[in-house]
Amino acid sequence: MSILHHIFALATKEFLAVLRDRRSRFVLIGPPIIQLLIFGYAATFDLNNIPLGIYNEDNGAASRELISHFRGSPHFQIIKRVERDAEITPLIDGRQTLMVLHVGPRFSAKMERGDTAPVQVIVDGRNSNTAMLALNYARSIVLDFNRKWSGRKGQAGPPAHLQVRAWFNSNLESRWFIIPGIVGLLTLVVTLVITALSVAREREADTFDQLLVTPLRPTEILIGKALPGMVIGIIEGSFIILVAVVWFDIPLRGNLGALYLGLFLFLLSAVGVGLMISSLAITQQQGLLGAFLFLVPAVILSGFATPIANMPQVVQTLTYLDPLRYFLIVLRGVFLEGSSIELLTDQYWPMALIGLCSLALAGWLFRHRMY
Amino acid sequence: MSCQVSGFHATHMRLRGMIRKEWLQILRDPSSLAIAFILPLVLLLLFGYGVSLDARHIPLALVVEQPDAQTASLTGAFERSDYFTPTRFSNIQAAQLALKTHQVDGIVWLRNNFGCCLLAGDNAAIGVIVNGVNANQARITEGYIQGVWQTWLQNQSNAEGRDLPIPVTLEHRIWFNPAMRSQDFLIPGLIAVIMTLTGALLTAMVVAREWERGTMEALMVTPIRIWEILIGKLIPYFVLGMGGMLLTVAMARWQFDVPLRGSFWTLLGSSALFMLVALGMGLLISILAKSQFVAGQVAIIVTFLPAFLLSGFIFDISSMPTAVQAITHLVPARYFVAILQTLFLAGDIWPLVLANSSALLLISLIFLVLIKYKARKRLD
Amino acid sequence: MHWLHPLAVMSEVEKQVPEEHALSLREVSRTFYSGGHKITALDKVDLTIPFGKVTGLIGPDGAGKTTLMRLAAGLLLPDAGRIQVLCIDAVANPLAVQSVVGYMPQRFGLYEDLTVQENLDFYADLHGVTEKSRPDRYRELLHMTGLGPFTSRLAGRLSGGMKQKLGLACTLVSPPRLLILDEPTAGVDPVSRRELWSIVDNLVKAEGMSVLLSTAYLDEAERCAEAILLHEGKIVAQGAPADFSETMRGRVFLASQETGNKRHLQSLLTFTPGVLDALIDGERIRLIMESPDTPVPQLDGSTIEPAPPRFEDAFIAALKGKPQAGRPLAPAIQHQSTSCAEDDLVITIENVARKFGDFYAVRDISFSVRRGEIFGLLGANGAGKSTTFRMLCGLLPVSAGRLSVAGHDLRHAAARARGRIGYMAQRFSLYSNLTVLQNLHFFASTYGLRNHHRQERIRWALDAFELAPYGQSNSGEMPLGFKQRLAFACALMHEPDILFLDEPTSGVDPLARREFWQRTNTLANAGVTVLITTHFMDEANYCDRLVIMADGGILTQGTPKEIKTPFCTPEAPEPNMEETFIALIEGREQTP
Repeated sequence: MSILHHIFALATKEFLAVLRDRRSRFVLIGPPIIQLLIFGYAATFDLNNIPLGIYNEDNGAASRELISHFRGSPHFQIIKRVERDAEITPLIDGRQTLMVLHVGPRFSAKMERGDTAPVQVIVDGRNSNTAMLALNYARSIVLDFNRKWSGRKGQAGPPAHLQVRAWFNSNLESRWFIIPGIVGLLTLVVTLVITALSVAREREADTFDQLLVTPLRPTEILIGKALPGMVIGIIEGSFIILVAVVWFDIPLRGNLGALYLGLFLFLLSAVGVGLMISSLAITQQQGLLGAFLFLVPAVILSGFATPIANMPQVVQTLTYLDPLRYFLIVLRGVFLEGSSIELLTDQYWPMALIGLCSLALAGWLFRHRMY
Repeated sequence: MSCQVSGFHATHMRLRGMIRKEWLQILRDPSSLAIAFILPLVLLLLFGYGVSLDARHIPLALVVEQPDAQTASLTGAFERSDYFTPTRFSNIQAAQLALKTHQVDGIVWLRNNFGCCLLAGDNAAIGVIVNGVNANQARITEGYIQGVWQTWLQNQSNAEGRDLPIPVTLEHRIWFNPAMRSQDFLIPGLIAVIMTLTGALLTAMVVAREWERGTMEALMVTPIRIWEILIGKLIPYFVLGMGGMLLTVAMARWQFDVPLRGSFWTLLGSSALFMLVALGMGLLISILAKSQFVAGQVAIIVTFLPAFLLSGFIFDISSMPTAVQAITHLVPARYFVAILQTLFLAGDIWPLVLANSSALLLISLIFLVLIKYKARKRLD
Repeated sequence: MHWLHPLAVMSEVEKQVPEEHALSLREVSRTFYSGGHKITALDKVDLTIPFGKVTGLIGPDGAGKTTLMRLAAGLLLPDAGRIQVLCIDAVANPLAVQSVVGYMPQRFGLYEDLTVQENLDFYADLHGVTEKSRPDRYRELLHMTGLGPFTSRLAGRLSGGMKQKLGLACTLVSPPRLLILDEPTAGVDPVSRRELWSIVDNLVKAEGMSVLLSTAYLDEAERCAEAILLHEGKIVAQGAPADFSETMRGRVFLASQETGNKRHLQSLLTFTPGVLDALIDGERIRLIMESPDTPVPQLDGSTIEPAPPRFEDAFIAALKGKPQAGRPLAPAIQHQSTSCAEDDLVITIENVARKFGDFYAVRDISFSVRRGEIFGLLGANGAGKSTTFRMLCGLLPVSAGRLSVAGHDLRHAAARARGRIGYMAQRFSLYSNLTVLQNLHFFASTYGLRNHHRQERIRWALDAFELAPYGQSNSGEMPLGFKQRLAFACALMHEPDILFLDEPTSGVDPLARREFWQRTNTLANAGVTVLITTHFMDEANYCDRLVIMADGGILTQGTPKEIKTPFCTPEAPEPNMEETFIALIEGREQTP
C-alpha cells in the first residue's frame, strides 16, 4: 500500500510542477497547436498551381485544344506565353515557371493527317520530386486528351489500358499520409520534453538529492516520474487525433483499441528514453540538447516524410531502434488501412521492449549517475 | 592617464582583445567547436542518407491469371525495370493480402482474358492497385508503372510493324538534374537548414553563457562599447560558422557527389551573407533570453522547424496555402535554399541569386537594427 | 545610448575640482518585477561616500547592496534620483563612469577557461592599457596578489581565494579612482579574506583609491573607515564603525557558567525579560540589553560582567525591534525516549576518501558523532565539506574508507533506514513552483505520513515556523529567510533522529541565523543528532564538537574550546575561531 501512496504523492507533485509553471504549460499547448496547423497545411507533396509557360508555334485548333486541357487542370497555372526559343531559358533559370510546354509549328497539321504529333515539355529538375510529379500530371493530361481525340475521330485506341486504383487513399492526398504521422511526432516531442527535463530540473535545483534521501525507492521515483508523461501524452495524443479527424477530415477506419494500445506502448518507450536522457543529464540544458539529439534522428529515420525503404541498408537497420518507426506504422495502419491488433503485433512488441529497457536503465542511472 | 591609449587605438585594442579572448575560448571549449563542425557533419550524414525520395526496387505483385506469350513479355518488362522487384502471384486474393500486410506496394493484375483481348484489338484492361497511404510514393509508383507499360506498348507495336494510334506523344527534357536524383536537390537544401541551426546556436549560446557565468557584468563595466562587444563576438563565430559551411559544401560535393555548377565565389559570397543572418538571429535571441537554456530552446524552435518545413527544401512552397506562403517570406532559409539549389544544380543565374541575396541582406540589416536597439550596456 | 568619448569626458571631469564625494546618491529608488511581484530593491536612498577611504556596505542578502553597486557602476538605471560618481552623472554618462571605476562582480567576472595571464591581457585590452606600460603593471599586480607563479594556470583551476585575487587584479589593470567590490569575501577562507583586506588597505594608503565594498560578514565592518547599514532597501545608519559600537556602551555583557551546558544558559537568557539578544560567544554568552538602564539578570551559578561593544551588537540592536518574549520558537518534537549511553556513536567515518578523476575532493578523513550532539563541518568553499556530506547521505559513493550512519551505509541501506534521517540541502532546495502547503504535503507523503497524522504535522510546521501567511504562495517567490524555514520544516516533518543540514545559514540575515540556531539547539536538547556544515567561522561556537576542513583534509577537530586553546597567547587570551583558523593554516605552511 505504501508503494501506491508514494507513487501517488510523487505523480501529484510532478503534475503540479509541470502545470503550475507558465513556461511548461505553454510548451504543452502552444507548439503542438502551431505545429499541427503548419505541418497540416505546409507539409504536403501535392502540387497545385504549378507555374507553366506555353510556347506555341502552331496556330491550329488542335494545339489550342491541348492547351485548354492544361488550362483546365487544377494542377497547372499558365503564367507566361513565350514567343521565342531564347525566352525559355531565363524563364526556367529564374524559377518563374517550373515547366514550359512547347508545341511545334506543324502540330495541328500532323494531327489532322492522323500522324503522331510530338509535344515537348521542359522541366526544371532542381527539385527532382516536384519535377517528376509535374511530369506525371502532364502525362495524364496528354493521355486524357488522346483518349478524347481518338474517340472523336473514331480511331481505335491502344490495345490495352491501365485501370489504376489506389487503395486506402483513393485521391492520393498527402495530407492523409502526413497528419497521422504528426500524431506520433507531436506526442513524442511533448513527452520527451516533459520527461527529459524532469530529473535534470530537480538536479539543478538540488531537490533530487532531497528525493534520494527520502525512503522512496528508485522504482517508485521512476514510476512517479513516468506517470505524468504517460498521462499528458495520452491526453495530448487524443487531442491531436480528434483534430485530425474533425478538422482535417482524415478517415479513422480501424478500431480505437488497436490505436490506443499502440499509443500506450509508444508513450512507454518515449517516456523511457526521456527519463534515460534526463538521468544522464546534469543540467536542464544538457537534457534539452539530449532530447534534441534524439528527436532529430528519430523523426528522420521514422519514415515520417520519406520512406524507410529508400534509405541505404545500414541506415535501415538503424531504424529498428526508433520507437517512432513502429508507431507510425500503427497510426497509418489504423487510420487508413483499418488494421487490426493481430496485424500490428510486430509493431507492438518492439516498442514494449524499447520502453522496458530504457526505463530499467533510467532507474539504474538515478542512483549511479553522480557528478 | 599616460599609460592609457585613446580614440581609434583604444577601439582597435578592445576589439582585438575581444576577438582574441573569443578565439581562446573557442579553442578550449569543445562545445562551440562541436556545434560548428560535428553537428553539421552528423546532421548532413544523417539527412543525406536518411532522406531520399528516390524509390528503387519497389516490391510489386504481378498477378497473371493465365500465362501466355503476351503476359510473359509484359511481366518481363517489369522484371527488367530497375524500379521494381516483382513477385509473381497466381490469384488476386493472395496479392491483395500481400498488399495489406505491406509485403508489396502495388499490384499489376493481368486477368485471364488479357491475352485474347489484346490479340483481338479489344481494349484490354490492366488492373493496377497501389497502396495510397503514402500518397507521394504512390504517385511515383504509378508513374513508373505507366512508364514501363508505355514502353512495352511501343515495343509491342514496333515489333508487329504497325503504327501506334497515339495522337500526341509527350517528350520531356529535364533540365539540371536529368537523372532525377533527389539527393541532388535535398542536400543543398539541407546545408541551408543545418547552417541556420548551427549559426543561430553558436551565437545564442555564447552570449547567454557570458550572462550566466557573470562575466557579462564584468565586461560591461569596462570602457568597452556595446557594438564592440557585438562585433567582437560576431567575427570569431563568423569564421567558425563559415568553416562549418565549407565542410558541409565539401561533403555535398565529394561525399554525396552533388555537382557544383555555379562558381565557388558566388557560393562563398551568398553563404557569408546567410551566415550573417543566422548569427544575427542567434545574437538577438541571446540578448533577449539571457540564459543559455532558454536561448538554446528558442534557437531550436525558431530556426530548425521553420527552416525544415517552410524553406522549400523538401515541401514545395507554391503548393502551400496563401497564408502559409506569406509566412515563408519571413524564413531566411527560404532564400538561401533557392540560392543553393540554383548554384549547385543550375549555375550562376544572376537574377535569381541577386534577388534572393538582397532579401538576405535586408533581413540581416533588420536583425542588426533590432540588435542595436535591444542591446543596452545595462543589466536591466 | 551615449557614445561619448571617454577622454573628452575626462577633461571635463578634471575641470570640476574640488570633488566632494567619490559617490553620491540622492533620493535613488529602484524596483524590479519578478513573477508578477514588485520588489523594491532600493527605496529613496541618500548617501555619500568619502574619498580615499574604505566604505563598507553592510546588510543581509536582498538588502539591496548589489543593486546599489550596479547603479553606481552605470549598469542599471534608477527609477528616480540622481547618482554622481566622481562628479560624473552615472545616469547620463555611464561610459565615462566606467572608464574611471573598477568593479568586481560577485563571481569575480573571470573567464574560467582562460589562463591568469590571458585574463589580465583581456582586461588590459579593454581598459586600453598601452603595451609599454603593461609589463610593469603586471609585475606589480602579480606581486601584490601572489599569483606570480600561476600565470599560465587556467582561472577555473584556481582556488576560491586565488580567483578572488585575480578578479581584483583584473579590475586594477588600469588603476581606477573608485573601486567597487561586490561581496569580495563571500565563501572564501579566512586567510584569503585577510590577504584581500591587506591589499585593499594598501591600495587606499598608497594610491589614495576610494573603495566601496559590500559584505555579509559583520566583523569586516570594523575594518572599514565608514560603514553603511542597508536593510530592505533603506539605509538604517551610516558612520564610523566605532561610533556604531559606542552607542551600545553599557548594554553589552558576557555571561559565563562554571558548569553546565552553555546552550541551556543561552536559551534561559533569551527568554529573560529585558534581554534583547543572547548569543554564544566563545565559551560565554553575549547579552545585549534593551537599554543601558535595564537591570542585568541575575542567575545562580553564573557570572555576568560588562563587555566592550562591537559593531555586530549595534547591527542586531538596529534590526531587532522589540523583544519577542515568550514566542514558541522551539518546535515541539515528541521524541522517542533515547535510553542510550552518552557515547553512543551515531555517525562514524573512517579513512574516507573521494576522488574525482585524479583530484582528491576528500582525502583520508575520520571522525565520529555522538547522539544528541551538534557536530559542525567547517571550511571555505571547496574545502570538501559538501562532498563529505553527500557521501554520508548516500548520495555519493566513497572511493575508499568506511562510513556508517545509525549503523547503516545509507548508499545501500533499505528505504526504512533513510526514513530516520532528515536532510536539508544547500540553497534550501524546494519545488519552487509549488506552494508552501504543496511542498509540506509532498514531503510528508514521501515519509509515509498519512491522513490525520499528516494534517497534524503540516499544521505544526505552519505554526512552529510561522509559515501560515505564506501557505498559498509559491515557495520560490518567498524571501530567503522563509525558504530556509520551509526547508527546515520539510526536513523535520517525520521527526527524524538524525538531521543533516548543508549550509543552512548561508545568505540569510543575522536575525534569521539566530532563530535557526535556536531551533537547532532545541532539537539537540531533545536528543536529535545534528550534522551541520557552514563557512561562517563564528558559528563554530554553537557546535558541541566540530572538524575544520581545508583542501579535502581535516585541519583539526574537537570541541571549540579544545581547538582554540593551543592558540591562546598572553596578547590574545581569547582568540576567536577565525584567528585560530589562520594560525592553523600558517602553522601548517611552516611545517610542510
